[in-house]
Amino acid sequence: MDILQQISDQIDLGDDEIVHELTTIAIEQKIPLKKILDEGLLQGMNIVGQKFKEHKLFLPEVLMAAKAMNAGMELIKPLLLSDSIPMKAKVVIGTVRGDLHDIGKNLVGVMLKGAGFEIIDLGNDVTPEKFVETAKTEGAEFIGMSALLTTTMPVMKEVVDQIRKENLEEKIQTLIGGAAVSRSYAEEIGATAYCYDGSNAVEYLNSIV
Amino acid sequence: MRVVMDRIKQGEILVCDGAMGSLLMDRAKEHLQGTCPESINLSHPEIIEEIAALYINAGADIIETNTFGGSPLKLASYSLDDKTEEINRAAIMAAKKASNNEAYICASIGPSGKLLKPFGDTEPTEIYESFYRQINAIVNSGADMIMIETMTDLNEAVLALDATRNISSSIPVVVSMTYECTPRGFFTIMGVSVEMVSKKLEDSGVDMIGSNCGNGIENLVLIAKEHKKHSNLPIMIQANAGIPELKEGIPFYPETPEFMAKKCEELIRLDVSIIGGCCGTTPEHIHAIRKVVDVNNNG
Repeated sequence: MDILQQISDQIDLGDDEIVHELTTIAIEQKIPLKKILDEGLLQGMNIVGQKFKEHKLFLPEVLMAAKAMNAGMELIKPLLLSDSIPMKAKVVIGTVRGDLHDIGKNLVGVMLKGAGFEIIDLGNDVTPEKFVETAKTEGAEFIGMSALLTTTMPVMKEVVDQIRKENLEEKIQTLIGGAAVSRSYAEEIGATAYCYDGSNAVEYLNSIV
Repeated sequence: MRVVMDRIKQGEILVCDGAMGSLLMDRAKEHLQGTCPESINLSHPEIIEEIAALYINAGADIIETNTFGGSPLKLASYSLDDKTEEINRAAIMAAKKASNNEAYICASIGPSGKLLKPFGDTEPTEIYESFYRQINAIVNSGADMIMIETMTDLNEAVLALDATRNISSSIPVVVSMTYECTPRGFFTIMGVSVEMVSKKLEDSGVDMIGSNCGNGIENLVLIAKEHKKHSNLPIMIQANAGIPELKEGIPFYPETPEFMAKKCEELIRLDVSIIGGCCGTTPEHIHAIRKVVDVNNNG
């Protein structure tokens, strides 16, 4: 079987050791790095993302697959950088101030990483200032915010307002998600988009990047 | 007061309280800046008493304590893990003071916030020990029952259950999971179905199983139906007052007390033993549910 196909299959099965081994072989075989990335690692994660979307598998399998993908990614990434092959856009993510619910946010991070985006995860209880500052210093094009509580949703608006105030709307887009928020809330506060879960966030970003 | 499980076994339906978080935010917003809801147990126990009293007056037989995030693993995010015993004890004491022996004190045990190996990075022993320390403080403070709730990972729920049973062989324990409605049926985000929970917990030493949070009352009626299909254990249900919507920019929970109470008639027909409320429910919701339950208990 084609080695890239094997990498993809092993990511689907969540075996990080075999993915590490296969990626090493693929690099030794001088398969173009971009091809290993796109047709092996990201392809595998894509399949997992699709299955997750269809509720054929759940968070544990996605996390195992992401671990497996990362095992290959850590071999490829330094080589990609030295060949100056660009990664996809940078996304700063976090759960907003006052909110400690981070399972959904972590899942979004895993799925976006799996789709080739560079993720800067600020964790939970993140202040509006920290979101905006990090996006500025890291040159990130996107801020992804999560809130599970109705009481913490308004923090999302503070981030959107801050970006407006600093005239950064052209440079930084805001994506929101989490159990408490909705498309209409995104419109109401002027966030760029509402993404209801990790695969929806990937779909949205792929459609505009 | 008669022992809670005896009443349930004789077919009585008990009413549990409603949401704690929103009432706490209304009363203690300024005290909650940069800290966790459980810290209020120490700093302003009178607010916890007041909320418990509201629910008891509304007709709750069972009061949940403000200990959802009171495990040392959770409290560590606020550097409060060294106060685990005081925080949990204060919560039980506040609820007891409010109840004056008129309601059962049910200790809320929420998820650890960590993911178990191999998909996460936390060893089962670490999570077990965290639950053990919290539940030990709770049992020593005289709680009447334990509610392991909002769980999505069944293995984590079992760690909390095992910790409870190693502390007390007799205290009544409820394990309550949070499900999502998928096209393939109800599953937790970790892929756990009602059937899997029923099978795994049937002979585990648990007293009741059930579901809270994540859904409005209509989905929880369906979940109760699933439970009934797969298990003979008594069932506990606490629905959200729907999924939050916006009214003029302010989020609110759409299900009214009347709507939820009406739907509770279906839970009663399914022999659900404890009915309460989760996010977005208020003393008014619990009062409306009380009335419906009374019609059943007296008739």
